[in-house]
Amino acid sequence: MIPSTFTYQKVNSVEEAIKALSSADSKLLAGGHSLIPTMKLRLSQPSKLVDIGSIAGLRGIKEAGAEIIIGAVSTHQEIASNKIIQSKLPVVAQGAASIGDVQVRNKGTIGGSLAHADPAADWAAVILALDATLAVQGSKGSRKVKATDFFKGMFTTALQEGEIITAIHIPVAAGSKSAYVKFPQPASRFAIVGCAVVKNGEGKINIAYTGVSSCPFRDSGAEKVLAGKKLDAGTIQAASNAAVEGMSILEDHYASEKYRKHLAKVYLKRALSAIA
Amino acid sequence: MNVKINMKVNGTSYSHEVEPRTLLVHYLRDTLRLTGTHIGCDTSGCGACTIHLDGKAVKSCTLLAVQADGHELTTIEGLSSNGTLHPIQEGFNQEHGLQCGFCTPGMIMTALDLLHNNPKPTEEEIRHALEGNICRCTGYHNIVKSIQYAAKKM
Ligand SMILES: Cc1cc2nc3c(=O)[nH]c(=O)nc-3n(C[C@H](O)[C@H](O)[C@H](O)COP(=O)(O)OP(=O)(O)OC[C@H]3O[C@@H](n4cnc5c(N)ncnc54)[C@H](O)[C@@H]3O)c2cc1C
Ligand code: FES
Ligand code: FES
Repeated sequence: MIPSTFTYQKVNSVEEAIKALSSADSKLLAGGHSLIPTMKLRLSQPSKLVDIGSIAGLRGIKEAGAEIIIGAVSTHQEIASNKIIQSKLPVVAQGAASIGDVQVRNKGTIGGSLAHADPAADWAAVILALDATLAVQGSKGSRKVKATDFFKGMFTTALQEGEIITAIHIPVAAGSKSAYVKFPQPASRFAIVGCAVVKNGEGKINIAYTGVSSCPFRDSGAEKVLAGKKLDAGTIQAASNAAVEGMSILEDHYASEKYRKHLAKVYLKRALSAIA
Repeated sequence: MNVKINMKVNGTSYSHEVEPRTLLVHYLRDTLRLTGTHIGCDTSGCGACTIHLDGKAVKSCTLLAVQADGHELTTIEGLSSNGTLHPIQEGFNQEHGLQCGFCTPGMIMTALDLLHNNPKPTEEEIRHALEGNICRCTGYHNIVKSIQYAAKKM
């Protein structure tokens, strides 16, 4: 289980990374915890890796006005154990702490997870529910992409060739009351069903799922049921009844379509009860 | 094209030229002959290859050797000092925390990460911390006891 050959370049800045990426078939390397396993299986055989894992400017968590900004190569563990995150954005700390195991969290990064866009990745649900924004940089300049516009399908995102996620911007008011719950796949811990709920600055409840469908999504049907309502046993049940209706639901040897749908409804109840 | 890497492993500095595709676990085992770090799977799931990179537990089968360039590593060989076992190693000995021993180096390196961050873990916290390490023999009970033994001593 050894990857096929490639050349390797470690870069110290985003500009250097963008330049290094311009050669055909090169790929970014952050933590390597999605890329290296697929390269070992030779499902991916890039001819060049551009290592952004040690760009200091892409690491760290800071509060800036009404936002918390997380650098793209911050590890899951750095985020889960950060004091600001724990007190102001519980859904982020819970999501990060639920990823894989401690060894994976010590190396895997938020930017790598978002770019990889595994349909069962935990970060997807968390940043969707928070109405976060991704800062992205490429040879044509910088732009911002809303989380709700980012995920396009299984392993497919709005990133264009050669673009790098540099940071994730989260509105602080978004997550004072928030929770992430998941039913993990027993070996990998990826979400069979992951559900993030956030009471945003205006008191609206955002609901996002991962693992349920081929692409993580906001459940606007269930959100509508809760619009303008107080969370209580009755409204939580009503939201759960409406949840994931009309979605095409994944089915695999871990969970049938019916079972996954049932889990999705149960996990929404648990998440909403946690913030009620 | 080979790449020159420098790293400190168990306090000793090493410098080698490696192919970029060399996995860190192979560099440790085959080049440095530190064979205490094991390879138990192809799927990043078993934890037998766990080592410390800058004091944090990581799976050396899921890292390239080039990613460790410039960093400090600790493997199971670096835990005892002058023939005295580390308290976690002593715990595994005293509490019968191993049978075949294949998972043990990884278990110990993960336990060390846990006890650094949480010196007095509950039983549940210990079990949770070991979720990335698989043991085919013990049923985990004595592994938990071994770590509790170490937590008392450290
Ligand atoms: C055993 C195991 C269990 C896991 N369990 C879970 C789990 O329970 N839940 C979960 O969500 N994830 C899980 N993961 C995946 C883990 O979270 C990865 O760390 C993550 O998906 C990828 O992050 P990375 O930094 O390792 O990215 P890499 O593997 O380095 O890169 C992944 C992809 O993203 C690209 N990329 C990386 N960084 C950027 C960037 N800044 N901008 C643009 N593109 C970029 C790369 O080119 C590559 O295509 C698990 C992984 C393993 C090995
Ligand atoms: S050898 Fe199994 S996780 Fe590394
Ligand atoms: S003691 Fe045999 S695998 Fe754990």
